[in-house]
Amino acid sequence: MSISRDAHDPSVGEDADTSPASLGRKSLCFVGPSIAYIVIRQGVKCRMAAKAFDEMNSGAADSVRAPYRAVANWLAQTSPEKVAATRHEVDVFYRRHGITFGAYGAVDGAETTIPFDIIPRVIAWDEWEHLHKGLVQRVRALNAFLADAYGEREICRAGVIPEQQVLMNAEFVAMAQGLDLPGGVHAHIAGIDLVRVGEKDFYVLEDNVRTPSGVSYVLENREVMMRLAPELFSAMRVLPVADYTEELLATLRSVSFSDDAAPNVVLLTPGHYNSAYFEHAFLADEMGIELVKGSDLFVDEGRVYMRTPRGPQRVDVIYRRVDDGFLDPLAMRPDSFLGVAGLLGALRAGRVNIVNALGNGVADDKSTYTYVPEMVRFYLGEEPILNNVPTWRCDRADDFKYVLERLPELVVKEIHGSGGKGMLVGPTSSKAEIEEFTTLLKARPDNYIAQPTLALSTCPTFVGQGVAPRHVDLRPFVLSGRKTTIIPGGLTRVALKEGSLVVNSSQGGGTKDTWVLAPGAAGA
Amino acid sequence: MLSSTAKNLYWMGRYLQRAKSTARLIEATQRMALQSRGEEAAGVAAIFGMEDEFRQRQQQSSGRLASLIDFLVIDENNPSSLVSSIGAARRNAREERNNITVDVWESLNGLWLELSERLRGNRALLDRGALIESVKKQAVMIFGAAQVTLLRDEAYNFLQLGAFLERADNTARILDIKFHALRPDGNPHAQELDYFAWSEVLACIGAVRTYRRIYRSALDPMKVAELMMLRRDVPRSVHHCLWMVDLSMRELAEAYGSRGEADRLAGELHARLRYTRIDQVFDMGLNKFLGGVRGDIATLSDEIGRQFLLD
Repeated sequence: MSISRDAHDPSVGEDADTSPASLGRKSLCFVGPSIAYIVIRQGVKCRMAAKAFDEMNSGAADSVRAPYRAVANWLAQTSPEKVAATRHEVDVFYRRHGITFGAYGAVDGAETTIPFDIIPRVIAWDEWEHLHKGLVQRVRALNAFLADAYGEREICRAGVIPEQQVLMNAEFVAMAQGLDLPGGVHAHIAGIDLVRVGEKDFYVLEDNVRTPSGVSYVLENREVMMRLAPELFSAMRVLPVADYTEELLATLRSVSFSDDAAPNVVLLTPGHYNSAYFEHAFLADEMGIELVKGSDLFVDEGRVYMRTPRGPQRVDVIYRRVDDGFLDPLAMRPDSFLGVAGLLGALRAGRVNIVNALGNGVADDKSTYTYVPEMVRFYLGEEPILNNVPTWRCDRADDFKYVLERLPELVVKEIHGSGGKGMLVGPTSSKAEIEEFTTLLKARPDNYIAQPTLALSTCPTFVGQGVAPRHVDLRPFVLSGRKTTIIPGGLTRVALKEGSLVVNSSQGGGTKDTWVLAPGAAGA
Repeated sequence: MLSSTAKNLYWMGRYLQRAKSTARLIEATQRMALQSRGEEAAGVAAIFGMEDEFRQRQQQSSGRLASLIDFLVIDENNPSSLVSSIGAARRNAREERNNITVDVWESLNGLWLELSERLRGNRALLDRGALIESVKKQAVMIFGAAQVTLLRDEAYNFLQLGAFLERADNTARILDIKFHALRPDGNPHAQELDYFAWSEVLACIGAVRTYRRIYRSALDPMKVAELMMLRRDVPRSVHHCLWMVDLSMRELAEAYGSRGEADRLAGELHARLRYTRIDQVFDMGLNKFLGGVRGDIATLSDEIGRQFLLD
């Protein structure tokens, strides 16, 4: 399944200030295939940055970092045969469970499992505490922005974000304007992609507030780890994640328009051809709610019902995993078979809530991303705790000129691109590829942004030849209803190819279990 | 529970049972062919209502029985082949991952994976016997998993409805066609008895030993018919299956607090099998009696679809 809409952009920066003025002054370039980066500063001589930060081995004087001590011991004590046997067991487990993803366009039945790496990624409590605060803050700001963008647009009137950024955005849904959603929440489930580049340096790579996926892997990976490495598990105090679905259900129930004590919540899936279908079924099952397709629902007199052998039953909240455009053939794409005719009317009448809200794409596309730190300041009056990766917007003449000059060093992404498609990773691209991309860029500069190549942190990972460092990222899941909840950790994705910075599952990425250690636990 | 869920479980039960019945029938047919004549193939095709397709295939290939078996086992273009049936059951189950237990899903998915694995290799070297054996054994395990792990709710009853309606129809069909092939005049007492042929009829529903236990006597076509149709204690008999169908219908009626035409028909079919004596069946004509029962099973299936909004 393609977990993210987007690929990874490696980058490093000492300064996360993304104001255009500061961007021109520094850049990072990537030399050769090895993990070495040079930071060039204006008027300052070049210096070699240290190799990518390794979350296990980059302690003082290359010692093992405290949170990873138990993992390092375990690796030293476990024989290669045991490891090989365990890895085989994992593969069988995932296949039998049917935890598979099928990329769109694949032949029916062609199902692949996402490679799972059994070495956990460990995060100390104090590190998590910091991330937790930053995530809550960022999602609060994104929610405030969405309510504003579909309301009074005060942030535009204040001159912080140009109105055209909102109104001319391809993801803007006019029909979602002026809605008073329960709790004022639009992004109920947010997946915020983080990367790490140093002991204390985390960046937000992108926000996912439409239909972020991947949480089922967090839960299944944990099950697998407890089964396969109980000895390691018991040597550390790992915070549990199993209550995610409980919290998710509570969140969904808390945003019903009706004051019914037990609102009827359903999960709307495009069906089993969707690459994330396993996750849809898994979440519905864990929450004990119905997994419905568009054909299971209908609208009558402004209310949504599901078809059952007992007759029609009212639906109050729809956790949809169907994209905006397909939700209602009467209001959006008329050729959609995945939606429900009249659904938007029921939403506007306040009879059913749709989670996540419609039109959230205006908050998480790659050009709006550059404004998020400003949103935090504007709506919350706080300084952002988590920084953005420095980003150049190609629709700005100065930025664009700079980007064109430095294409071989940069990562260039399509604003609405996803799944690692429509992007250029400068340092690993050939001259011809860069030239080809330049043509695309010049045709529609407003369709692209660029970021420096970051030295993503690495984690020890089992590869063919043994254990080697591989680049990772992290997607925590933030739930917002009447309150905000984040299960400790999130989904760690790992690029299994040496030197690769692309962690998307559709591009050969794998996953790891993410262990947040309890306060006071060894190394925390 | 959604209507689409009811529908998927109903069809999962039907397809799985169809695969199981087919596997058993093919085995019995093969044994029969080894022990006596090789003319069984056309009769088997008739059981599946596929005489025309079979004749077409026969003209294209030399080995008659082998060709039929491939048609029934691995032909993905034949919607009733073992491979197609298991594939369909798995698709239904996959859509209802959240409404069945891990045990049921894993055993069904495991079977499907095994079949896919077997089919991936060289078809000429494919061990058909092992494949059929696998389907037979694992289908029992899947139904077993359903029996011991599924919550006894509406979903369970729809799975049962599908499985038992299919099984009732399969047994009725086998008896109807085999009996006709062995006794074209419909008279159970005429001619000398072909012991092997009649024991293979019983083998189609796995009831050779059951027959001995119940009757403790030599094979008698009338008793074979009685066992397959009217014995309530034989789990594959038409009577037993329709009893189970009626039970599931009653449970659903209780849960929903309403009854319809499907309930009436299920009750009537059950009563007919329960209160008819075997001599009455033969007075009427076995073929006619079974034809009526099979027609009503088809009608019941339609009525279930209508009553529970499955269509």
